[in-house]
Amino acid sequence: MALLKTLPKAHARPGRPAPELIFGELWEYDPAPESADPKLKPRYELFINGEFVAPKSGKYFDSINPANEQKLAEIALAGAADVDAACQAAQRAFDQVWSRLPGRERAKYLFRIARLLQDRAREFAVAETMDGGKPIRESRDFDVPMAAAHFFYHAGWADKLDYVAPGRRVAPLGVVAQVIPWNFPLLMLAWKIAPALAMGNCVVLKPAETTSITALKLAEIFQDAGLPPGVVNFVAGAGETGAALVNHPIPAKVAFTGSTVVGKLIMRSLAGSDKKMTMELGGKAANIVFDDAPIDQAVEGIINGIFFNQGHVCCAGSRLLVHEPVAATVLAKLKNRIKVLRVGDPLDKNTDIGAINSKEQLGKITELVASGVKEGAEMFQPACKLPAKGWYFRPTVFSKVTMSHRIAREEIFGPVLSVLTFRTVDEAVEKANNTAYGLSAGVWTDKGSRILKMSTELKAGVVWANTYNKFDPTSPFGGYKESGFGREGGRQGLLDYCRLI
Amino acid sequence: MLRPLMPTGPSPSSFRRLLDKIGPVDCVGIEERVAKYTTRSIKKASKLWGLRTAVSMLDLTTLEGKDTPGKVASLCRKALRPHEAADIPSTAAVCVYPSMVRHAKQHVADTNVKVASVATAFPSGQTPLKARLAEVRAAVADGADEIDMVINRGAFLAGGFAEVQDEIAAVLAACGDAALKVILEVSELETYDNIRAASFLAMAVIREGDFIKTSTGKTSLNATLGNNQVMLEAIRDFYLDTGIAIGMKPAGGIRTAKQALQFLVAVKETLGDAWLTNERYRFGASSLLNDLLRQIEKEKTGAYQAPYYFSEAAESY
Repeated sequence: MALLKTLPKAHARPGRPAPELIFGELWEYDPAPESADPKLKPRYELFINGEFVAPKSGKYFDSINPANEQKLAEIALAGAADVDAACQAAQRAFDQVWSRLPGRERAKYLFRIARLLQDRAREFAVAETMDGGKPIRESRDFDVPMAAAHFFYHAGWADKLDYVAPGRRVAPLGVVAQVIPWNFPLLMLAWKIAPALAMGNCVVLKPAETTSITALKLAEIFQDAGLPPGVVNFVAGAGETGAALVNHPIPAKVAFTGSTVVGKLIMRSLAGSDKKMTMELGGKAANIVFDDAPIDQAVEGIINGIFFNQGHVCCAGSRLLVHEPVAATVLAKLKNRIKVLRVGDPLDKNTDIGAINSKEQLGKITELVASGVKEGAEMFQPACKLPAKGWYFRPTVFSKVTMSHRIAREEIFGPVLSVLTFRTVDEAVEKANNTAYGLSAGVWTDKGSRILKMSTELKAGVVWANTYNKFDPTSPFGGYKESGFGREGGRQGLLDYCRLI
Repeated sequence: MLRPLMPTGPSPSSFRRLLDKIGPVDCVGIEERVAKYTTRSIKKASKLWGLRTAVSMLDLTTLEGKDTPGKVASLCRKALRPHEAADIPSTAAVCVYPSMVRHAKQHVADTNVKVASVATAFPSGQTPLKARLAEVRAAVADGADEIDMVINRGAFLAGGFAEVQDEIAAVLAACGDAALKVILEVSELETYDNIRAASFLAMAVIREGDFIKTSTGKTSLNATLGNNQVMLEAIRDFYLDTGIAIGMKPAGGIRTAKQALQFLVAVKETLGDAWLTNERYRFGASSLLNDLLRQIEKEKTGAYQAPYYFSEAAESY
C-alpha cells in the first residue's frame, strides 16, 4: 500500500491535461432494428363478452408511435353505454361460469394465456415498443417475459387458494374494474388480470389511451385460449371512459395504477360506496448511496433506477441521496456512464433509452427540467444526437439539488435525476422520508446491518439493497402515503382480490 | 527481546485497508452489467471492424510441453498472415514459452508481430524469485518483446501485498525495455474484490503501456466478461486518478468471435476509444483466430466457409 500512496496524482502533474475517457465514434454500432412483425391491425375494436365490437358511439381515436409521430392504428373509444355492456357481460360471466369453475380449471386458462403469450413474445415486444416508445431490449427482456411470469405464477395459485389465508376461506369479489397506466401497458395488465382471474373474479379493464394496442392484441390470445366470454373485457378510452367504469354500480372493486391526482379523484368519487380499492400511485424514490458502497455497481443501479423505461416508472429512483465523502466520485462516474447510454430508435436492439410516451409527457418533463435550471440546480446532459422526428429527451442529471427544489419534490416521470447529499445515516433516512410519496427506495452499502436498519426506517413499500428495479411475481409491490395502498404480486396481492370468510 | 508494538508483517486487516482505499465490488451488480454487453447487436460494418480489430489484438499462443521449433514456426507464419485475404491484419504477437523465444524471433524479427513470452515459472510461479528473474532475463536476451509474468498468489492470499508488489518490481527491472503483462490468475483469487485489489497492486508498480492479464489459461476458469469488467474498471479508475494508462489482456476461454466482440463492447463502453487498440488491449487465445476469420469471410460473402479453408496453426488454450 505504500506504493499506492506514493504515486503522483494526475492533477499534480504540471503541463499535462487531466486524464479523460473518450467515448467517440471510433467504433459506431450499425443500426440493428428488430424485424419481427408486430401484426398490427389498422383498427382495434372494444373487447366485450369475448368478441371485438364496434363502440356504440362509432367514435375512434388514433394511437401514435412516439418514436416517429406516425399513426399506428385507430382504437375504438368506449362510451358509458359500452362500459355498461362490458360490466353486464362480466357480471353474467361471473354468475354463470367463472365463479363456478373449480380453481384447477381456471388455472388451465391462465397457463394457456401465459404459454400463448410466450409463443408470440417477439411480436408482442415489437408491438409494445411501437405503441409506447420503450426500447425493444426492455420490452423483449423484461415486459413480455415478466407479464407471462405473472400469468404462470397466478395460475399456480388458482387451485391452492385454500392455503392463501391459513385458517380462513376465500371468496371472489365479483366483477373488478381496473384502470392501468401507459408506462408498462402489458405488464400492468398482467399484474391486474392474473390475480383477479386466479381468485375467480371477472374483469373490465381500461388501458391507457396512448397504449391500448397490446391489451387488445392480448384479447386475441384470450380468444385463442378459449377463455369464456365476458371473463375479461377491455374498454379503451381516456378519463371519461375511466370515470364511467369506476363509477359503474356493478364492479365490487376498483384497482387503479396511475398518477396520485387521478387516484385521489377516484377515491373521492368512490367515497361512501362499499367498493374495495387498491391504488398504486406516484413516487419520488430515494436511491441512497453510502461511502462504503460498491460504487461502480451503485452507479449501474442509479442508471437502471432512473433511466429504465425513460424514467416512466412509478418506483424510479429519481432522487439520488449520496454520502458526502463519495459525492464527487459518484457524480463523476455517473457522468461517464451516461455518456455511453444510447438514446434513439426504440426498435434498435442497441437502444438504451427510447422515446417519451407522449407529447404531453415530454412537455411536462421539459417544464420541470426548466424549473430545475431556474431554481439554480446544476444540469448535466450528454451530447448525444436525438432523432429528428419523435419525442425524445436526453438523460439528465441535476446536482446541487436541495430538498425544496421542485425537481426534488414533484414526480417528473422522465429520465431526470436529482442528486442530493447527506452526511449521516439519520439524515439519509430523514431526507428519504421527506416526501409525500413512499413507493420504493434503494440502499447501497457494504454493511449488512445498515441495510436492515434502513429497511425498517424507510417509509417505502419496497426497499432494494444493492440493486434497484427488481421485480418478481412472488414479491408484493405497493406504497405508503400518497403512493397508494394495497399490494400487487405475491400472496398479499391475491388477498386484495378476495373476501375472507 | 521486546516485541514490536505493531505487527510489521501481513495483518488480517491489511486487505480491509486496501479495500477501503479502492472500494469493493458487488458480484451480482458486475454480472448484471456485463449481461448487458451480451445483448448488444453488432452488425455489418461495425461487426467487420470489431472482428478485424480483434485479429489485430491477438496474442496468438501456444503453451504446451510438446511445443517444438516447427510448431512455433507454424504459429509465427499464421500470426504474420492469418488469411490469404489482403485486408486481414497480422496479430499483435505470438506468445510462447521462454525456450521457444529464439525460434519465434527468427520468423517475426523486423515485422510488427511481437514475441511475447510467459516467464516466472509459468503457470504456478512456484520457484525461487532468483530462478524466475533468471528466466525473464533469458527470455529478454533471446529477443522477447513482451514478458507475461504470474503474480505470487500465495503471498497475495496470505496478505503479503508488499511481497507481491516487490516481486513485480523485480521482474519489471529484469524486463528492461520489454513490455510487462502481469497475470493475476483470477480463478485462484476467486473473488471480484480480490481481483480488483490485485489489479491495483500491480498497476501501482508497472509502467504506462504495460498490461494486466486475467489468467494463464491453465486453470478451470479463465477470462470471463465479469472479471474482465472488474479489471477494466480498475484500469479506468487508476487512469483517471494518475493519468497512467495500463493495458488489459483477457486470456483463456475466449474461443468464438461472438465472445471477442462482447469483450470489445465492454472495452468501448468502459474505457472508451483510446483502449480499442492492440497497444492497450489484447486477447490471449489461439483457436479464436480462425473463428474470427470465418466470421469475417461470412460478413463479406454471406456464407460460412468450411473449416478446412482456414489454415491451422495452434491448438492450445
